[in-house]
Amino acid sequence: MIDLLLSYASGLLLFLGCFFMLTGAIGLLRFPDFYSRMHAAGVTDTLATILIIAGLMLIAGWSLALFKLALIVLFIFFTSPTASHALARSAQLCALRLTQTPVEKGPADAPRPVAETSAPVSKMEAAEGT
Amino acid sequence: MLNATLIALLVVMSLALVRAIKGPSIHDRILAVNMFGTKTVLLIAVICFTFGKPEFLDIALVYALINFVSVIGVLRYFEFRNRNQNGTQNSSEELASD
Repeated sequence: MIDLLLSYASGLLLFLGCFFMLTGAIGLLRFPDFYSRMHAAGVTDTLATILIIAGLMLIAGWSLALFKLALIVLFIFFTSPTASHALARSAQLCALRLTQTPVEKGPADAPRPVAETSAPVSKMEAAEGT
Repeated sequence: MLNATLIALLVVMSLALVRAIKGPSIHDRILAVNMFGTKTVLLIAVICFTFGKPEFLDIALVYALINFVSVIGVLRYFEFRNRNQNGTQNSSEELASD
């Protein structure tokens, strides 16, 4: 009984993880701007990883594998937002080339990325320099 | 469900590879490679339970460590390269403050 319940719960967690993972991958592929792509990838990365490894933990039961999976979750829980933050900061520091790239794709995308991403970047860089 | 997770992981990794090849800027490529590395960790962990080899979890742990360090290293490299290319007074001050 409890085994059946555990397998159902792990299947549900794995399914949710797959769903979020696929959503993030489609967002990474189809969003027009770099920052929106980073939003799609960075948000779903941590959540999908935690869900899938939680599903694997329910399969593993009380063993050494559970401890190792917990270590992986703990490590990814700290490093994935850190990597996203470093990526965003590095993109902000050379934002001129980045905001120009989606403009060339189509006129429909033109006003939003240029108006919204280039202005705060220059403001924040000015604040950083003072 | 484990097999379905394996297939979904492979699909997601191929989509990330498409973005890494297509990506217009270097940051898109780094983002896609970071996602690819995280999904590789998950793939190794799922393969460990599908094939019943518990040693693979150590490999997944080490891969997570190497992935994070490599992404941060590549990012630092391009960040400094772009700051030096700007060559203005502002960027040199930022270099000094770091």
